[in-house]
Amino acid sequence: MAPSLVLVGLGLAVWQWYVAANDVRPQVLPSPLRVVEQGWAFRAQIWANTVPTLQVTAVGFAVSLALAWALAVAVDFSPWLRRALTPLLVASQTLPIIAIAPLLIIWFGFGLFPKVVVIALVTFFPVAVGLIEGFAATERQASNLLRSMGASRWKEFRYVRLPGAMPYFFTALRIGITYAVTGAIFAEYVGAQAGLGIFMNLQKNSFRTDLVLAAVVVTALLSVALFALTYLVQRLVIPWYGAERRVTRG
Amino acid sequence: MAETKLLVDDLHLAYPVEAGGTLPVLAGVSFDIAPGEFVSVIGPSGCGKSTLFDVVAGLLRPDAGRVLVDGEDATGRTEPFAYMPQQDLLFPWRTVLDNAALGLQVAGMRRRAARERARALFGPFGLAGFEDARPFELSGGMRQRAALLRTVVLDRPVLLLDEPFGALDSLTRTDMQTWLEDVRARFDWTVLLITHDIREAAFLSDRVVVLGSRPTRVRREAVVDLPRPRSLADITSPRFAAVEEELLAALRTP
Repeated sequence: MAPSLVLVGLGLAVWQWYVAANDVRPQVLPSPLRVVEQGWAFRAQIWANTVPTLQVTAVGFAVSLALAWALAVAVDFSPWLRRALTPLLVASQTLPIIAIAPLLIIWFGFGLFPKVVVIALVTFFPVAVGLIEGFAATERQASNLLRSMGASRWKEFRYVRLPGAMPYFFTALRIGITYAVTGAIFAEYVGAQAGLGIFMNLQKNSFRTDLVLAAVVVTALLSVALFALTYLVQRLVIPWYGAERRVTRG
Repeated sequence: MAETKLLVDDLHLAYPVEAGGTLPVLAGVSFDIAPGEFVSVIGPSGCGKSTLFDVVAGLLRPDAGRVLVDGEDATGRTEPFAYMPQQDLLFPWRTVLDNAALGLQVAGMRRRAARERARALFGPFGLAGFEDARPFELSGGMRQRAALLRTVVLDRPVLLLDEPFGALDSLTRTDMQTWLEDVRARFDWTVLLITHDIREAAFLSDRVVVLGSRPTRVRREAVVDLPRPRSLADITSPRFAAVEEELLAALRTP
């Protein structure tokens, strides 16, 4: 953590010096101090746009998680579904979101739904794949052991495949949640009533580069906070995972 | 003829090969085990020991032949057998006690009752005080004892042990063998052990079944007529050496 703070500080200092030395106009490149100062001055407005973005992210990611879980479990129980759905999953990742998002606005309006679709399209894949591979990572010997105990496929899933997949799930969750914030911003950028995305778009149009950058900083902080939150949840849900790794490493 | 607990009767199995055709692995394997008897199966590596084990355990269906337990057909059935695989397969998300109780829980017993039943064996298995530990906190030998406890607590007619000490260092392995000999004397287990360790087979068994190379069938059966309980001192006795020699000769015969 400390080395990255040093790097950021260094970068900011160079930036500040460059803007002051060359007398760059703030419409082109505001100094970091100006970004902070103006960001603070407009804090009420930025906050009013942060809340909707957080809401969209939360709803979109929740929907995406629910779909990813349902699909991953279904695929784990049915080899036929695995064969049928894997190509579709990959195909969903090749959709150019940048072209689809405006269409979604045309089809579904400025409400929540098109944004949820964008976030789901962006985050669904890593989470679903993480879960599917996590379930499938169960050792054959472990499956045999459960079968010899007389376990049904469902019990094998519940006692072995599901808990065994949790570390994979949390890795996928971390990738997904960072995409989710970016996805929300992007969806709002194309069109929304409120949110950091549309805020950035409007400020850009009125040449308030400083406020665009202030919103970018908030977005970054939001992503980092959500990322950190996944570690907290992981510690609560699978405390055994961290403990084991700490010991086997040391 | 004496009473028979487990009868393995003329098992045949061939794996389909990708290029077409089949790869015969079991070519009529037959042997039996009396109640309370400890029988080991040894054979050259790759001869199909593990396949035989999976068939007896009911995890794999033979092409032909039967497995009988107490005279009843148990081919392809898992219920009469408590199975201990090579790896301990203790799950890191469960405590040692919950790992030991897993099989009972799977069988439908309430968690509390399952834990109580498993807990009772922690003393004899040298695991007292480690009920709430996580598997990674245990030594290799303790993990193997916990895995055996999880197997034994199911209280099924026949114990199937697949190279249970194969992954341990030789000192720990010797400890585990003498421990198993001791604990076996206190419970009335019928055991089928698969191993590639001749000394282990001779030390623990009443009888040793020697398999030939693949496609395998029983090449020889040797009775280990050393008195029980045995101790490490017996390993150096001339009779023990004679048994080892007999087994080695049987293994080496082409």
